[in-house]
Amino acid sequence: MDWHILGQQLVNGLTLGSIYGLIAIGYTMVYGIIGMINFAHGDVYMISAYLTAISLAVLSAFGVESVPFAIVVTLGLTMFITGVYGWSIERVAYRPLRGSTRLAPLISAIGISLLLQNYVQVAQGARNQGIPSLIDGVFRVGNDKDFVQMTHVQLLIVIASFGAMAGLTWLIQRTSLGRQCRATQQDRHMAEILGINTDRIISTVFVIGAAMAAIAGTLVTLNYGSFDFFVGFVTGIKAFTAAVLGGIGSLPGAMLGGILLGLFESLFSGFVNTDYKDVFSFSVLVLVLIFRPSGLLGRPEVEKV
Amino acid sequence: MSEHLLEVRGIDAYYGPIQALREVSLHVDKGEIVTLIGANGAGKTTLLNTLFGNPRALVGHILFRGEEITRLPTYQIAKRGLALVPEGRHIFPGMTVEENLVMGTIPVGMEHADEDRQAMFELFPRLEERRDQRAGTLSGGEQQMLAIARALMARPEMILLDEPSLGLAPLVVKRIFEVLREIAGLGKTIFLVEQNANHALKLADRGYVLVNGVIELQGSGKELLGNPQVRQAYLGGH
Ligand SMILES: Nc1ncnc2c1ncn2[C@@H]1O[C@H](COP(=O)(O)OP(=O)(O)OP(=O)(O)O)[C@@H](O)[C@H]1O
Ligand SMILES: [Mg+2]
Repeated sequence: MDWHILGQQLVNGLTLGSIYGLIAIGYTMVYGIIGMINFAHGDVYMISAYLTAISLAVLSAFGVESVPFAIVVTLGLTMFITGVYGWSIERVAYRPLRGSTRLAPLISAIGISLLLQNYVQVAQGARNQGIPSLIDGVFRVGNDKDFVQMTHVQLLIVIASFGAMAGLTWLIQRTSLGRQCRATQQDRHMAEILGINTDRIISTVFVIGAAMAAIAGTLVTLNYGSFDFFVGFVTGIKAFTAAVLGGIGSLPGAMLGGILLGLFESLFSGFVNTDYKDVFSFSVLVLVLIFRPSGLLGRPEVEKV
Repeated sequence: MSEHLLEVRGIDAYYGPIQALREVSLHVDKGEIVTLIGANGAGKTTLLNTLFGNPRALVGHILFRGEEITRLPTYQIAKRGLALVPEGRHIFPGMTVEENLVMGTIPVGMEHADEDRQAMFELFPRLEERRDQRAGTLSGGEQQMLAIARALMARPEMILLDEPSLGLAPLVVKRIFEVLREIAGLGKTIFLVEQNANHALKLADRGYVLVNGVIELQGSGKELLGNPQVRQAYLGGH
């Protein structure tokens, strides 16, 4: 066994997994609150990649030279605008179809997904887009030939993702808004009777999910620098796999599932085969659905009637 | 116009094509304990749910403190000072006892939360022992007490209860009715839906009898207890 390969794949896997975890949060929270999968979520992530590039380009055109400042402004702007997309998706594709068959909103969400992809393709072009690398630098251990390295961007990704997840966990567990989200999730009609405007809570959950995907989109764009109008598809399904692996509906499950899937996938590429890594991830999805559909942390509520 | 605290005027309610309430009218005055009795499927739960806007009253009016609430969205009704202890309790199973109590404070905010929570723990010492336990693991009686306590956390002017004694052991039922008396002593107005007609009519100032969505009888608790029809249908004919 080549230890430096193992180490390197663990670093890569943790980075990738943090991204999956961030996007998985949107799937799991929306599922938790309305019991449906947001099929346009991957495209919300894609939108955030474009917004990141646009924001960085505009800032640099205005002569902003401080990289940390540009990143913070871009992150805030991207989260905000992407949040508006999340809010609109709920308004357009889900809310009007409440109370109709379960299939209807899924189809309308797929419609939104296609709409977003095509609109970006027309507006921004079908070609691969890119941004220049803003953060260079690596931490490296080992000798010249065998080493493990973590780039500064990777470190930023891991720290920002864990920070965002910790912040969100605090919001859900400790604040009044978080309690209202959980109440709506557990018993929507009762929440309403107690005075909670559950429509507002559902909108908020879509916005939170989109904002988390936006953090992921910005970070990935800073890391890889390139994207196209279709990046939301595969990444979206991966993040969905992560949410299912962790237990759909469970917030800690989404984070754990994301990190595990990232690690599995990186180890598989490092030691088995890179070309088949997507096949491997989707096999994980199939296996989880067959053998443990409730995922690692999702469990049916113990409830006395 | 006379000022009743709650006034229901001629409401009809439907589930799809099925009519569940027909021209139901009743009123509750401030400080009263009023009970509604009726057999399974009479429409008792429907009436309470209609007060909270789901299903909506298609005809008629619901007034609370003299203001029309018939078409208010459900979530705004709690803010007017009405609190419901629903059939089946509907506590939040994944939250702790304490969090469930906090959920009751939405209409009034957290300002009095600590003080009110303490008062609830005095009323229901069992809840204090279990304050950090997940509510889904409480016994049926404890869940019922939690549902009542949660409703009271909203400092409602009027509390509506849907069969709070359902499925509970006689001793626990007795305790629930004692608590209702204590709550009334605090100046709360109570509207109690029950099948346990004996207990309910003894507690109540006045009562209504609902049969197939229609109010068939009304009177003081004593009158209804003595009414042969009521005795026959709801008190086992003794
Ligand atoms: N969600 C619903 N959809 C369709 N019909 C309903 C619904 N809820 C109640 N009904 C019908 O409305 C009628 C009244 O029901 P309701 O639950 O109000 O009775 P209830 O007096 O509360 O009975 P119980 O004592 O058993 O609780 C019944 O015939 C019932 O089948
Ligand atoms: Mg009922």
